[in-house]
Amino acid sequence: MNLLQVDELTIRYAASKEPAVDRLSFSIEAGDSLGVVGESGAGKTQTALALMGLLPAHAEVSGSIRFAGTELAGAPPGLLRQIRGTRIAMVFQDPQAALNPYLTIGDQLRQIPQAHRLCGKAEAKERALAMLNTVGLADQHRIYHAYPHQLSGGMRQRALIGAALIGEPDLIVADEPTTSLDVTVQAQILRLLRELRDASNTAMLLITHDLGVIAGNCERVLVMDRGRMIECGMTRAIYRSPTSPRTATLLAAALRIKSKPLIAPLPPDRATVLQVSGMSVSFDKYGEEQRMNAVLPVSLSLREGETLAIVGESGSGKTTLARAILGLLPPDSGTVTLAGKRLSPTLPERTRAERRQLQMVFQDPQSSLNPAMRVFDIVSEPLLVHEPGKEKAALRAAVHDMLQRVGLSRAFIDRFPHELSGGQAQRVAISRALIVQPRVLVCDEAVAALDGSVRQEILDVLRAEQQNTGLSLLFISHDLAVVRQISHRVLVMYLGRVFELGDNETFFRRPRHPYSKALLNAVPLPDPDSTFADQPLRGEVASLLSPPKGCPFHPRCDLSIARCQDAVPEIENIGGTRVACHRAAELDLSY
Amino acid sequence: MTSLSRYTLNRIAGAIPTLFVVIAAAFFIVHAAPGGPFDEERRLPPDIERNIERAYHLDETTAEQFWHYLRGLASGDLGPSYRYRDYTVGELIAGALPLSLWLGAMAMLLALIVGVGAGTLAALRHNTFIDRAVSAVAMVGISVPIFVLAPLMVLIFAVFLNWLPASWTGTAGPLRLVMPVIALALPQIAYIARLTRASMIQVLGSDFVRTARAQGLSTVTIVRVHALKPAMLPLLSYMGPAIASVLTGSVVVESVFGIPGIGQFFVRGALNRDYTLVLGITILVAVLVITLNLLVDLLYGFLDPRIRRR
Amino acid sequence: MNAPSASQPLWQRLGESRPVKISLLLLFLILTLSLAGPYVSPHHFAATDFDGRFIRPTVDGFHFFGTDDLGRDLFTRTLLGVRVTLLVAVVASLVSLGIGVLYGATAGLIGGKVDALMMRAVDALYALPFVFFVILLMTVFERNFWLIFIAIGAINWLDMARIVRGETISLKHRAFVDAARLSGLSAARILWRHITPNLLGVVLVYVTLTIPQAILVESFLSFLGLGVQEPQTSLGALVNNGVGYMEHAPWVLIVPAAVLAVILFCFNFLGDGLRDLTDPKNSAQ
Repeated sequence: MNLLQVDELTIRYAASKEPAVDRLSFSIEAGDSLGVVGESGAGKTQTALALMGLLPAHAEVSGSIRFAGTELAGAPPGLLRQIRGTRIAMVFQDPQAALNPYLTIGDQLRQIPQAHRLCGKAEAKERALAMLNTVGLADQHRIYHAYPHQLSGGMRQRALIGAALIGEPDLIVADEPTTSLDVTVQAQILRLLRELRDASNTAMLLITHDLGVIAGNCERVLVMDRGRMIECGMTRAIYRSPTSPRTATLLAAALRIKSKPLIAPLPPDRATVLQVSGMSVSFDKYGEEQRMNAVLPVSLSLREGETLAIVGESGSGKTTLARAILGLLPPDSGTVTLAGKRLSPTLPERTRAERRQLQMVFQDPQSSLNPAMRVFDIVSEPLLVHEPGKEKAALRAAVHDMLQRVGLSRAFIDRFPHELSGGQAQRVAISRALIVQPRVLVCDEAVAALDGSVRQEILDVLRAEQQNTGLSLLFISHDLAVVRQISHRVLVMYLGRVFELGDNETFFRRPRHPYSKALLNAVPLPDPDSTFADQPLRGEVASLLSPPKGCPFHPRCDLSIARCQDAVPEIENIGGTRVACHRAAELDLSY
Repeated sequence: MTSLSRYTLNRIAGAIPTLFVVIAAAFFIVHAAPGGPFDEERRLPPDIERNIERAYHLDETTAEQFWHYLRGLASGDLGPSYRYRDYTVGELIAGALPLSLWLGAMAMLLALIVGVGAGTLAALRHNTFIDRAVSAVAMVGISVPIFVLAPLMVLIFAVFLNWLPASWTGTAGPLRLVMPVIALALPQIAYIARLTRASMIQVLGSDFVRTARAQGLSTVTIVRVHALKPAMLPLLSYMGPAIASVLTGSVVVESVFGIPGIGQFFVRGALNRDYTLVLGITILVAVLVITLNLLVDLLYGFLDPRIRRR
Repeated sequence: MNAPSASQPLWQRLGESRPVKISLLLLFLILTLSLAGPYVSPHHFAATDFDGRFIRPTVDGFHFFGTDDLGRDLFTRTLLGVRVTLLVAVVASLVSLGIGVLYGATAGLIGGKVDALMMRAVDALYALPFVFFVILLMTVFERNFWLIFIAIGAINWLDMARIVRGETISLKHRAFVDAARLSGLSAARILWRHITPNLLGVVLVYVTLTIPQAILVESFLSFLGLGVQEPQTSLGALVNNGVGYMEHAPWVLIVPAAVLAVILFCFNFLGDGLRDLTDPKNSAQ
């Protein structure tokens, strides 16, 4: 008998015509692992909530959900409550929100066996402490008494996994458990889930948008699209030869860091457009006494038609650096030189002509568009500033032309931002930035919020613009697969410092810095045959308020030596790559 | 220094200048009156006028007078009353304050119990008949002013039905408390119920409550362990304004029911232009509210772990 | 599920909320009546008639709401009271709107230590028993309309300041403001084109919620005899007058009390409804 048998599950909301989940059937056996993958709106989370009986009251559910022989669809609340936590447990996406900020971690774990009357208070505490240790929180006594805000993101997710496992469930439903985490921490958490599953023979339903996450973690995969199952089968078979064209598209959209870049190499004769020297930025953080050094002196240059990717995890300072270059933030020190002309440090001091040379595209397309303005006004506004007195007809023609370049028809011109999809909104944002013909476009995680297929289209738009106009891109991203596709050079940052700067090919083939190597190892590949690095990077990025002494990376680095603990490494040129590591010259980290 | 003690010192340091500014504002409003309050009305009996002149050192500069007033205030001396001969403001207040405080405290307690209960119930039964009923009644509560409510209650329960005494004077026993306390509490019940309902709905819809439900916890446990505290914190911030509002309301309630509390003295003082009495009561109420508010703030700091420990 | 609808302009969505529609209609009716009433009614608001005291509500002689202790027509007086009450409330709300928006937007735009200090001041003022200070003012100075306006406005700006500051800060950090700065727009133009239009909705909502607050304070003062003075009147003063005769002429109390309650209801419903439309977090979905 299957542990879980779902038949013809359909979920509808009165507000929308299309069902959120449409006649979905699948099963999971004891100890099995099934990955559910799909883009946003595929119905993945709705399915998970239906299994737990946690859908909102106004959802109409039909079909059957049989768990260990018991029907859960329409089951009375008392029965569902018994099953939740002890038979089926769930791990949610955002550990910050999923933990109660007013209770200690210990209390949140302890109450589960107590609520199910598995044991008394004293034993519940023992179990909670043991569980914290099991999920890799070795300092369990301190963690037990800590509040969620005192823990890092990875520690919180470990605690939540502990909360899911403490009732010894037969099935864990994990809904995007690593999406809000940094890539090195994601690798740790996925490894933890694998180990725990191997040790306890618990079945797992892993929901994700990332085909790479499934590849290394689930034997079987179920592909969903707009509420329907596209296909379901062994992960290896489907990844190798998908039977449905929709799956094939999804797989094609999944970027691979091992594939060839899509971008043409940069001709060697290109002039330098942007030169940044010794740029550093610090903040006052509310409630803290000392200043936070977000960016320590960083220098970089960008040539005409070049894409320089800046990669790093949260707290690396990549966005702060970009904002300082753009003049949105006042730097502590450093200069920006554009086409040989030195710019004033902040925007208000820069001339209009200087300002138009540097434009930006933001991560969240919706919030980067003024909800009270129509597309035409949004796109034409910069032009009105820089070419005042332009005639209405010429303005309209320019906006039409611009929208066409990014693949939007004239029909969009009178729309409000809320009437646009994420991809369309991002195209409008790109139009607004490019209509003034800047020399440099800064893209801050510009495709991070988009689904795979839409992301590819936006990248194509950017690439085409670069080809046609010689635009230079400063491309900030945490996603190395995207970086591999579209960048000429890669700059790695960590806690406000540059660790490595090299050209694309060299960086991905032969990284010089141990941190670069660890980042590359942590990226989940959409290929069932390639396994993750056995030993993911330990620990998490330190707080900017108390960066480690010496090389800021040394507490996490397996290769560190005594010198790393007291001396900050200088940037040196080693084999064409600029790298800041004491051991860069002696190490060979190539693939 | 721990985060909590820094927070505590911060709050106390904030309350002291507020207190000073409030006292100064009240004092100077009275002193800015056209022609000056104390030397304008020559119809005062000479003995009182002498008392006032002595008490306020009217021959001195305003700053010196303020200094003397502050010193008197520190020792509980608010000067002689302008209208009630032979009484000092301090004596009048001391006689009336306990009754007003007692009324206010009872009303506040009632409002908290009923308001939190009704609000929580409505949130748990969100979008059902109970929820709508609580919301509707609360809407009535915030829309019908206390000075409409109190006379209407007298009209219905005392005049028409003759269940409860209409006035404080001439009756005795706990029955005469019923209408004043309820009238004072009703608007607060409405506000507290609305506030509780809104924040409880928000907390019950939060991710961490969904986590708790996914862990198989019962609704009772979820409300008690997970939801109550975060849902009550906004209520705690409302306590300061609520106290001020109850004190304001007691002015009406005491007038309507003829209760000899500070509210009634205040209104009479205002109508009679008894400057010293009105000034004294204003300052007293301000001090009371600022102090209670400080206590509420400190409690907040203690309850919120993000302030308590970092 | 339909996330986008919350970002739709407010005016496009007024029809979605029944309380909003009904409240708007009722308020429009009451306002029209109170503006037209005194010209239509055959009675002057201050005309006394000692033979016609305490007439019950009747169609005879057009005393629709009866007469009071001095034989004055209550219908005419109530309509006058509505006018005075609404006038005071609207003017006071505009005063609080002016102070609140200016203060809140300044704090929000400047930010940093100035903002922290300005908001600490608001917090400190928040719990003060302002009505006592207003009464102190009324005791010391001549009672006049304008003093009432200003005093009430000065009380009610705190909420507006908080809301506007919060909204300004969140708008200031929205990416479209950065985009506008990069496009080369001047600070004034950003304020005008990007911040102000997006503040309008929330300001409108809180003005609607400030009006009933102002009505409450005004009628409270008038009820105590410290507000609008005879022969002018307001709903609070009418209620106060009615209390004295409620045992044998309850309509003298009930009529103005009911009208006052209906007006407060409408504004509260309107404000609640508008807030739900602008802020999906508060809505009862």
